[in-house]
Amino acid sequence: MEQILANGLYLGAQYALIALGLTLIFSLMNVLNFAHGQMYVLGGFVTYTVVGQFGLPFIVGLVASALILALVGAGVEKFLFRPVIARSKRDESTMLLAAGIAFFLDAVILLVFGEKQRGVPKIVGGVLNWDFRIIMPYDRILIGVLAIAMIAGFILFMQYSRAGRAMRALAQDRIAAQLMGVDVERYSMLGFALGAMLAGLVGGLLVTITGINLGMGGPTSIKAFMMIMIGGAGVISGAIAGGFILGMMESVGLTLLAAYGDITYLVIFASLMIFLAIRPQGLMGKPWG
Amino acid sequence: MNRRTVIRSAALATVIGLSAASFASAENPVLKIGFVGVTSGPAAAWGISNQRSMETRAAWINETGGVRIGDTTYDVEIVAFDDQKDPKRAIAGMEKMAQEGIHYVVGPNVDDGAAAVRPVAEQQGIIYFPYAFPKSLYQAPASNAVLGMVANYQSGPAIYKYLMENNGVKKVAFVAANESDPLSQRDGGIEAAQALGLEVVSGSVTYQVDTTDFTPVILPVIQARPDLLVLSGVSPANAPQLIRSARELGYEGLISTETAQDAGVLQEGAGELANGFISVGGASTPELASDMMREFVARYTTMFGEYNDESNTKVYALEYILETLKANPAAIGDVEAFKTTMDSFEAPNPYMVGDAKLSYVGATSFGQKRQVSVPLVVNEFRDGAFQTLFVAQVD
Repeated sequence: MEQILANGLYLGAQYALIALGLTLIFSLMNVLNFAHGQMYVLGGFVTYTVVGQFGLPFIVGLVASALILALVGAGVEKFLFRPVIARSKRDESTMLLAAGIAFFLDAVILLVFGEKQRGVPKIVGGVLNWDFRIIMPYDRILIGVLAIAMIAGFILFMQYSRAGRAMRALAQDRIAAQLMGVDVERYSMLGFALGAMLAGLVGGLLVTITGINLGMGGPTSIKAFMMIMIGGAGVISGAIAGGFILGMMESVGLTLLAAYGDITYLVIFASLMIFLAIRPQGLMGKPWG
Repeated sequence: MNRRTVIRSAALATVIGLSAASFASAENPVLKIGFVGVTSGPAAAWGISNQRSMETRAAWINETGGVRIGDTTYDVEIVAFDDQKDPKRAIAGMEKMAQEGIHYVVGPNVDDGAAAVRPVAEQQGIIYFPYAFPKSLYQAPASNAVLGMVANYQSGPAIYKYLMENNGVKKVAFVAANESDPLSQRDGGIEAAQALGLEVVSGSVTYQVDTTDFTPVILPVIQARPDLLVLSGVSPANAPQLIRSARELGYEGLISTETAQDAGVLQEGAGELANGFISVGGASTPELASDMMREFVARYTTMFGEYNDESNTKVYALEYILETLKANPAAIGDVEAFKTTMDSFEAPNPYMVGDAKLSYVGATSFGQKRQVSVPLVVNEFRDGAFQTLFVAQVD
């Protein structure tokens, strides 16, 4: 049981960090960013290139992933989403744009980084073995701790910084925030950049553990959507809760249901459908939006 | 030389060059060979290595004057179609090949795609070389599919037997992705292991193909304490992660698969934890590779920036098509002539040292010769490279 909990916490920390970026973008702009998974993949490949190809320290790769994805996010918001939102009031316009960006990024990643699975060496060696009750490699523990630290840093930033407060105001009521002097365009771009940066950071962190490949983008987006559906779309605490809940469900299911075949995600999806039928706004979302 | 003369000379050289190029390209008629497989999405690695192998070989042939079939020398053109691992797209791809007048196609890469294109191939007179294992594709009344590699039900028993005799393996566990190909390979592996007298201690654990953390997946398998862990039909993307998770959980037994892998991917993803990992390879290990194989690897690397070890098993299909057409030029537009030639065809295997031959096999497994004879090369990964563990022949 200890091992299941440890696996669940580790998975939950990385999932929560993935979901945070997606929910931030949704809360600020009401945009479902279907390209979030591809941004995660791009972040992983940037770290791989910096560390694996150029031989630079891991931290440099991580910073490069954060910066490049922040720039990509800012560009996507300014040059793609902003004009579309200005010209079209229909939600599906941004959905189609996001899906188009996902396909575009897939093609770019294939062209630039190729089709192969990539990875970088472990950043810490050794395995924690607590009397065979918990076996956890030190690099996973480190990545889990870093993910939790980043989540904490993000919450503090949103809570106490001027930009964080402005983005929260935007998320609560866009028009009221504008009337109070919040620069909507600037903070929308900053929010999108921050969301993309979080995706890139997780990709960079996990390239040391799971590696990265072209095909990870779509499934990562699907999991991120599941997490924010569980926690409540557009709610920061909901994304964190959703991430940890999904991580724990996956860990418990994969261990306890292994004898019955690959039914863990079947059970998770069935549970999610029942849950959403009862509480469509998620755990912490508001029914009115 | 003044500026005007330089410009005139350059213009003249350009005109001559363009004329020569158009003359050269017009000199040889074009022989189109198709490829229908997956070159995008999560399984892109399967098909891209396939397509690039064909394109490398075609460019090489064309650069050296073309391929002579009967009295005609052809340039080879590869017509590729991405089926996105979708059977409906695979059918569309095969129909496109028919519209282009193509009679020989490599692919599809997976079981359901290979099964889906069968009616089109048979109606349109196309011989195709799938990388898929269902026996029904190759057994009569089917006759247009030719298995392009060694099947898991052929390599698995050879590997298990070798490990029983040389490593004392008694207990085996299987883990597979929850997809048709890996699951059918797992079932075939379990059957073969049991037939050899091995105890299967775990055979029901599967994982989603998009899994990124395999520790929870592999934990119950390791707890069954197998001597050999078989990663059935594992993709190159998942293999390093599975190996790493198993080793980090303290598993010290053997790990094997019946699919081809890439040494660079294993090294990057699992490092020294992948040492000892057994997989099926081709002819590129130093002990087996001929000069031609080495040149193929060099040309592939020049064309695409990096070689993919999966291509060791995928270099053969185009060679078989061209060599069979050379043996019977009438087959160039008549697949029935091709089928007739397959029964007696034999040519030197240019990619291996020694006296290895290209020929069609499969009579034992399928009741007819519907498989390319490629050597069953079983590799062991060690310190970033593959080493040949043993070589065998199927059928």
